[in-house]
Order: sequence, then C-alpha cells, then structure tokens
Amino acid sequence: MSIEHLLRKWTPQVLGTVVRRFRDFAAAEDAVQEASLAAALQWPREGIPDNPRAWLTQVAMRRMADHTRSESARRRRESEAAHQAAQEAAYTAESTAIETAPQQDDTLVLLFMCCHPALTPSSAIALTLRAVGGLTTAEIASAFLVPEATMAQRISRAKQTIKTSGVPFRLPTTQERAQRLRAVLHVLYLIFNEGYTSSSGPQLQRTELSNEAIRLARIVHRLLPDDGDVAGLLALMLLTDARRGARTAPDGELIPLTKQDRTLWGQEEIREGVALISATLSKGSIGPYQLQAAIAAIHDEAARPEDTDWPQILALYELLKRMSDNPMVMLNHAVAAAMVHGPTAGLDLLHALDQDGRLKDHHRLDAVRAHLLELAGDHQAAITHYKIAAGRTASLPERNYLMTQAARLRDLQMEPRP
Amino acid sequence: MKYMLMMSATKEGFDWFSKWPKEDLRANFAFMQAFDKELKDAGVLVAAEGLAWPDQAVIVRAAKDGTPITDGVFPETKEFLAGYWIVDVDSPEEAYRIAARASLAPAPAGTPQTMPIEVRQVMSGPPEELL
Repeated sequence: MSIEHLLRKWTPQVLGTVVRRFRDFAAAEDAVQEASLAAALQWPREGIPDNPRAWLTQVAMRRMADHTRSESARRRRESEAAHQAAQEAAYTAESTAIETAPQQDDTLVLLFMCCHPALTPSSAIALTLRAVGGLTTAEIASAFLVPEATMAQRISRAKQTIKTSGVPFRLPTTQERAQRLRAVLHVLYLIFNEGYTSSSGPQLQRTELSNEAIRLARIVHRLLPDDGDVAGLLALMLLTDARRGARTAPDGELIPLTKQDRTLWGQEEIREGVALISATLSKGSIGPYQLQAAIAAIHDEAARPEDTDWPQILALYELLKRMSDNPMVMLNHAVAAAMVHGPTAGLDLLHALDQDGRLKDHHRLDAVRAHLLELAGDHQAAITHYKIAAGRTASLPERNYLMTQAARLRDLQMEPRP
Repeated sequence: MKYMLMMSATKEGFDWFSKWPKEDLRANFAFMQAFDKELKDAGVLVAAEGLAWPDQAVIVRAAKDGTPITDGVFPETKEFLAGYWIVDVDSPEEAYRIAARASLAPAPAGTPQTMPIEVRQVMSGPPEELL
C-alpha cells in the first residue's frame, strides 16, 4: 500500500483517538493533518514504520500536547486563577467521562460530525475530505480550483461552526440518526458528482473526488452493511462511474448516453453495482438511492441503446416520483415516458413542470424540451430551446454540446429536401 | 458555484473618483481592504484584482500578417472594468449578498451611495448526464 493510501486509511482512526483523548475536534484535526504531512515527508526517506497508525497517533498526540500547553499558558495569562481552576475541574470530569464511554467506531462518528446540518454543503464537503478522507488542504483546494488559503479558511470556519454548535463527539441518538445519515449520504453524493461530472482536460484531478466518494461510501457500507440507503448510494456511484470513460471524447466533448461506446464501460464496476443493488432490493429496501441505482443498472446492462428496458425505467421513475417531491425526478420521468409512449407524452409531462415553477430558468428543462421536440420532428422549436438551454447552463462542455445541437438542426434545415 | 463580481465605470467616472477628497478616498481604500479580508476569512474568495485605469487601455486586433494593431480611441460612454472578485459560494443568492456588500463601498457625501456590481456566473458548473 502506498504512503498516500496508508495515510488516508489511518486518518479517521487516528483522529478519533486524538479527539477522544483531548475533546477538541478542531485542534485535534489540525494535529492529525500535521502528523500526516510529517509522515509524507519522513516515510519516503526513512521507510514506513512497522505500525503506521501508532506512529501517526504519537506524533499527533505530541502536537496536541504542545497545543494544549500553549493554550493553557495563554489562558493563565488571560484569566483569573479561580476561573482556571473551574475549567480544569470541568476538564477532568470530562476526561473521566471519555474513559468510561463505550468505544464506538470513530470513522462513523467523524462522518456524522463533518456532515452536521449546521454546515453549508461546501464546508461539509471540504471538512469531510480532510478529516475523514485524509486529503491535504492543498489537494482539496486544487480539486475545487480555489486557492489553498481560501480552502484552509473554509475548513477552519467549518470547525469553528461545529465547536460553537456544541455537537458532542458521539453517534447521533436513535431519533436523529436517520436524518443525520441522510445528510452524510448527501455529502458523499455531492463529492461524487463534483468529480464524476468533470472528467477531462485541466480538471483531470477532479476525478479523484469520485474515487474518494466511492472509497468513503465503501467504508460506510462496511460499517453499516444492513443499511439499504448506504448500499443504494454505493451501487449508484459504481453504476454511474462505470460509464465515466465513455462520457467524454478525448478533446473534452460530451457524449450523450445513447452515443457512448459501451465497450468502454467498466464491466467490473457494473458487476459489483448490479450485485449490490440486486441484493439490496431483494431485501425489500427501497429508497431514492436504491431506485436511482436500479435505473442506472438498467442502462448499464443494455449492450446497445435500443436494448434499454425503458418501460422498466419508466416504472421505477414513477415509484421515485411518488417517494420524493423532486422536480429533477419529474423531468427524468418525462424523458422515460417519451421513450416508452413517444415524445408527445413526454412533452405533455413537461407542462406540469412549467406549472410547478421550480425548474423555471433551469437549463435542464429547456435541454430536455429541445430533445423531445426534436424527436417529435419540430426542429424549429427544438433549435429555440437548445439555444435557451445553452444560455442558461454554467458548464462549458455542456454549453458547447447544446450549441452544437442547435447548429446541427440548422444545417439539416439548410439541406435541400429530396 | 463560482461568480464574478465586476465593478465598471466610464472614463468620466474614473476622473470623478480621482478628484475625491482625501478622507473619502481613505474610507474607500479601507473598505476595499476590509472587504477582501472578509471574503478570504469566509473561505469564499477565489480571486480579486483591480485593473489599471483606462487611460492606457487599448483595443488590439490582428493585422493581416498577424501583427497587433492597437486602437485607443473610445466613445465617452464606454464602460471600463475597474476590478473584479471571483467568489465560490453555495448559491446565487449568496453571490448577490456579497455583491450588495461591495455595492456599499463608501463614496463622498451627496453622491450616489451604492455602486452597481455586475454579477456573472463563471462556467465552472458540472455538466448533467445527457441522454
């Protein structure tokens, strides 16, 4: 195992140990990051220690002790002796509590902490990647294309938010567990998407993000093997990631699902994802991630686009629609309906979305409308909506794709009719 | 998602700015410095630059042989970019809030107290799955 992998593997466990000992998540996280950086410098020269985890823990503990000493010196200077004594008494009481607390899995506790609902999505993502994923601030900054100082500040603010919100370092209670787990899975999903959807050119390093999301989802799945949502999310990631190599041309051009070279799809990921989702569904566990994974599996199992089992996809979207009030699901449902019952049926469903209003000004609504209008033979209207969609997207490859679609239809109009 | 926040002004606007009283200038400089720091500390600042004044601005076009032809004559009404910030935020509303903060940069008493800030999304969003 490479040094980088070792560090990433041990980060959450070492951090958990240090947090338990010192009860200061923010400082412990800094100490572990420093220990990892020290290891990254020393190990290549001096060799990997026999017990990397113990080495990291020891270095992090030493940093923590230094930190605590300088903090208490500062506090002594600043505050009255009585106040200090009170704090020390509280600290002792607290440490006794840690010693007697039952051992829990720290990785899971850390994940719940980093994906705390008090954090904005971008802060939760950054903190998760650092504290649980073991990535350095520089790596996270480069993956999100922001300066390192900005990312450092974002992480430090996130830790501050956690500190002031007073989240205890333990698993959430049974009552809040389901909701908190949903937040964790959502953050992992966002990390995956961030990497999956940008797989070319200068953003090559971002694919690391989807690998990292899959790695973290695997860890959660190992810790909670009976949770259907976790299995569903992992399956969805694998079944989506399997298509990554076929999704963009070497020059970065986007290739839609129907035009992809399916021999480039990752068969091993597909096998693993299909097995995982089949096992999960057979246990009767049906949630949004499971259904999306099932849909991805149907796409992945079709050797040619025309082999796609659209009626089944449509049925799954109908289930999904009943389960979650999400306009994107309504949009995908309309596409599936068009593939089964013809473009007019799909266009009719888009009217409901117009009324709904939540996707107003969203480029995806116009892109889908353009596609369905084209299938219905109304090229003029399709051109109009491809153009509107191009003006609304915030993705450069996608804008290029949509502009090209409009241009292609204009060329067709120019050709003399036979 | 990333947004670019832009301040622009006509040449006349730049001339006016250069005639502000000392105290007003100081207040403006201090505001801009504090504002940049605020964005840095919030963990959202991607880049911020001020540009040289338009006096030296030129438009360049290539001649037939590819060599540059410069042109420096602009109509009075033309707006010049004065400076910009790029921020990385979770929503457009957050970008608008930051732009509104920038818009409050202090100006001399008796003049418009808010400055227009153009907000544009940077093409850094992820593309969707295409069928």
